Amino acid sequence: MLGKLDLSAIPLSQPIPLITSFVVILIAVAVLILITAKGWWPYLWHEWITSVDHKRIGVMYCLLGVVMLIRGFADAIMMRTHQALAIDAPGYLPPEHYDQVFTAHGTIMILFGAMPLVLGFMNFLVPLQLGVRDVAFPTFNSVGFWLTASGALLVNVSLFVGEFARTGWLPYPPLSETTYTPGVGVDYYLWAVQISGVGTLITGINIVTTVLKMRCPGMSFLRMPVFCWTALASCMLIVATFPILSATLAMLTLDRYLGWHYFTNTAGGNPMMFVNLVWAWGHPEVYILVLPAFGIFSEIFSTFSGKPLFGYRSMVAATLFICIVSMMVWLHHFFTMGAGPAVNTFFGISSSIIAVGTGVKIYNWIFTMYGGRVRFEVPMLWSMGFIFTFIIGGLTGVLLAIPPADFVTHNSMFLVAHFHNVIIGGVVFGIFAGLEFWFPKAFGFRLHEGWGKVAFWFAFIGFWVTFTPLYVLGLLGMTRRLQHINIEAWRPWLYISVIGVGILILGVISQVMQLVVSIRDRETLRDVTGDPWDGRSLEWATPSPPPFFNFAVMPNVEGEEAYWGIKLRAVETQQLSPEPKYEPIHMPVNSPVGFFTAFFTTVFGFAMVWYIWWLASVALVAAFVGFVVFAWRDIHEFEVPIEQVASVDRARRAAREALLEKLTRQEVLP
Amino acid sequence: MGRLQIPKGSLCRALRGALPCGLSSVGLASCSGGVLDPLGPVGAENATILIDSAVIMLAIVVPTILLAFWVAWRYRASNPRGEYLPYWSYSGRVEAVVWSIPTLTVMFLGGLIWIGSYELDPFRPLPSKVRPLEVQVVSLDWKWLFIYPQQGIATINQLVVPAATPVHFSITSASVFNAFFVPRLGSMIYAMPGMVSQLHLQADDPGQLLGISAQFSGDGFSDMQFQVKSVPAADFGAWVASVRGTGPVLDRAAYAELLQQAQRVPPSTYGGIDPQLFLAVANQQIAPGPGPQPGGPHHAGREVSTSGKD
Ligand code: HEM
Ligand SMILES: [Cu+2]
Ligand SMILES: [Cu+2]
Repeated sequence: MLGKLDLSAIPLSQPIPLITSFVVILIAVAVLILITAKGWWPYLWHEWITSVDHKRIGVMYCLLGVVMLIRGFADAIMMRTHQALAIDAPGYLPPEHYDQVFTAHGTIMILFGAMPLVLGFMNFLVPLQLGVRDVAFPTFNSVGFWLTASGALLVNVSLFVGEFARTGWLPYPPLSETTYTPGVGVDYYLWAVQISGVGTLITGINIVTTVLKMRCPGMSFLRMPVFCWTALASCMLIVATFPILSATLAMLTLDRYLGWHYFTNTAGGNPMMFVNLVWAWGHPEVYILVLPAFGIFSEIFSTFSGKPLFGYRSMVAATLFICIVSMMVWLHHFFTMGAGPAVNTFFGISSSIIAVGTGVKIYNWIFTMYGGRVRFEVPMLWSMGFIFTFIIGGLTGVLLAIPPADFVTHNSMFLVAHFHNVIIGGVVFGIFAGLEFWFPKAFGFRLHEGWGKVAFWFAFIGFWVTFTPLYVLGLLGMTRRLQHINIEAWRPWLYISVIGVGILILGVISQVMQLVVSIRDRETLRDVTGDPWDGRSLEWATPSPPPFFNFAVMPNVEGEEAYWGIKLRAVETQQLSPEPKYEPIHMPVNSPVGFFTAFFTTVFGFAMVWYIWWLASVALVAAFVGFVVFAWRDIHEFEVPIEQVASVDRARRAAREALLEKLTRQEVLP
Repeated sequence: MGRLQIPKGSLCRALRGALPCGLSSVGLASCSGGVLDPLGPVGAENATILIDSAVIMLAIVVPTILLAFWVAWRYRASNPRGEYLPYWSYSGRVEAVVWSIPTLTVMFLGGLIWIGSYELDPFRPLPSKVRPLEVQVVSLDWKWLFIYPQQGIATINQLVVPAATPVHFSITSASVFNAFFVPRLGSMIYAMPGMVSQLHLQADDPGQLLGISAQFSGDGFSDMQFQVKSVPAADFGAWVASVRGTGPVLDRAAYAELLQQAQRVPPSTYGGIDPQLFLAVANQQIAPGPGPQPGGPHHAGREVSTSGKD
């Protein structure tokens, strides 16, 4: 009846997961009680859970990402402290637990932390920046989000029921085959990543279609903000490579469930094929993450320098260049497989060629500041921190791309330092820069600047104190994923790294404080104009937060930097453009199909993990029926009456009049 | 033995000397153990390439970082001396420079990658007058087996090699992936089931080195360490003589025991071998290790390691 599931799946003998489970369940119950007591369910259901508004979905994506970043950070604290305590000592995590921790850390950080945040930004921003009212497939979008949430939930369930994979975040066979890892951990991994991967693919298709098909009048490709270009490139990579991941994981699943032999040790299986396939997705994946971050930085450098982005076309070219080349470098993750010098040469050179595109971008950001009036507000601090950190990460990346150098640094702590250097310095810094920058747009009030600066400095210093020692450790010969250590020379560096983690913890606390303080002081931090940073792209033409239909009338774009042009004209002519003729707007209706489907895919995944076949069949059918029922609906849009459109837009115009006056008074515009 | 004739300036040499000692003396440790402190020709080339390319890139990267901070500071909003150029967003000349700096750097590094990949191809024999020692390596759960076919002996978790003699390793795995790595000797390579990787290394001087697996292979991975002893050629003969004929023989039955998972396996030796063993392992005539075996308390879906917990 319950497959492999019985009471022994609950980690009663292991205090760490047990207590964590207990605390998490307690918090979850408390939140549910609070929501019920306050009567928030209808609001949550109508405004968020069933919402197909791209901004709401974007915010939910970001919320999921932030929560998962914190979960992943907890794993990181455990790993760094454990290793420091496990020098000639057992430490506090036995191997079967430690191995789960680093696997969960990698999986969660990349797939359930960084990915949702990046997808959240794209969802929130792309339609606003393109001057349209929604993404191409709004309901599909909601399905995509909820499937990602479903995967994230499964990963976290594994903490309480059963175990997670202990194979590393890319489960290389034959280790991940049932012979060597018979438990449910790898199965949790497979179903969680498979389900969320479908969600990601959906969002990728959605954004690509939106950018290609849904720009407002006048928004030609070469007038799009660079963020939209990077979102397009990133989502094209999603569309091109997530199917590889799905297929690869499906093959491993068949090996594990039906005893097939794609990647097994024996019977003709080829584990090297898995390694190739998974990196054919895995390397593009890191650019899926970092390209939108580049887009965020581009917007910030230009806004906070008060100048257009330098070399816009060059930026676009570099983005597309990286997008294409990033699919031709995957073998650099296993130069040490012994493929031969010709193959290694090809992939070594193709990998370092990517650095050309990245280098061009860095110079263009620098020249964007040149001749500007640079304001060092919080988003700009993150961006400067990024320039410094990412350049070093790129340097060590190119070192690893030189096969004979990689032969002594592969899988070492040097590698670990490299990818944190680019992922934290690039993606995570980008995410925090973006959160500071667009928070007022999403919620209508700014974040507290003082706490933001404190958080940045803790994160920046903490990052370097944590990861510089890892470079040294790598050069001293320390490999990654060691559960215990018996080399005395490594001790001091491991200790320094723990100090760095301590500083990072202060950074996380400051970030939380910033949010708390900002919510408390939201009235004084209120953004009444809708344009708190003197922005340049169309999202700043809307009120903060934007109405659900974004634009009362479609903007008409007449050049690059659409909103900046509108602002200039208003200041020159000393008036806003004349009031437009309002028309009713058609917007898509809410739909529970995403939530419904994801509920059943979660049940399906869980049932598959535990071999509860009847439940899996029921859940799969239910998820499918949900879709079919949805496809049968007759009404999919509703009309926003003229009066509502007009009143919302008149309020916006009033705020803009005030802004115009202020801009004229300050003479901020040249 | 400078097999690689690309820049090996005195700066790099000095750096190589200074870096590991500088770094580890900060760490209160002796100057040993790292990949920047090589004991053989391969490791020396690895380290040279690593440091040379780092220096080449730093020559571009440091000025770029300084430029970034100088520009940001110079054009800060509060500085009236920085001229405001609100429309300056394109310059063909700057663009040309911006594309060519990274391109030239990468072309230069591309050459280094090309030459280096061929020179340091792990499958390539080392040029030496001394006849290489053959060692067959099998990674098991979780121990290393070293077979000396010429000497007819074998060891577990212990690799003894004559100094100043090239060693030719043939490497396979009898369970999951591992990577054979002796940081101070240089280049690592994967040990893979059903396949044989080749690696050529040499220790120039006698010494005690650390060998590890550099590819995660399961619960016992952290203890997949082996001692590497580089001994004077004469001592090597004596060591072989002392091992040969003493202790157990590595036949199929003894090997079957090795296939069982075990953690923290102490070094040991075999006084005799089955000469066909390595081939039979590599082409999987002998089935690979069976993985975790039932036993110990039952947990639903939760694996239990076969040996004791920490
Ligand atoms: C400047 C361009 C870059 C180059 C040339 C480069 C090169 C490399 C190489 C050669 C490796 C494999 C090393 C090894 O396993 O021995 C590697 C690993 C990695 N890189 Fe990069 N990298 C670059 C930028 C990035 C960026 C931008 C990201 C992420 C946003 C990133 C994320 C990673 C990750 C996650 C890994 C390790 C994955 C694992 O083994 O688990 N890299 N990089
Ligand atoms: Cu890569
Ligand atoms: Cu192979």
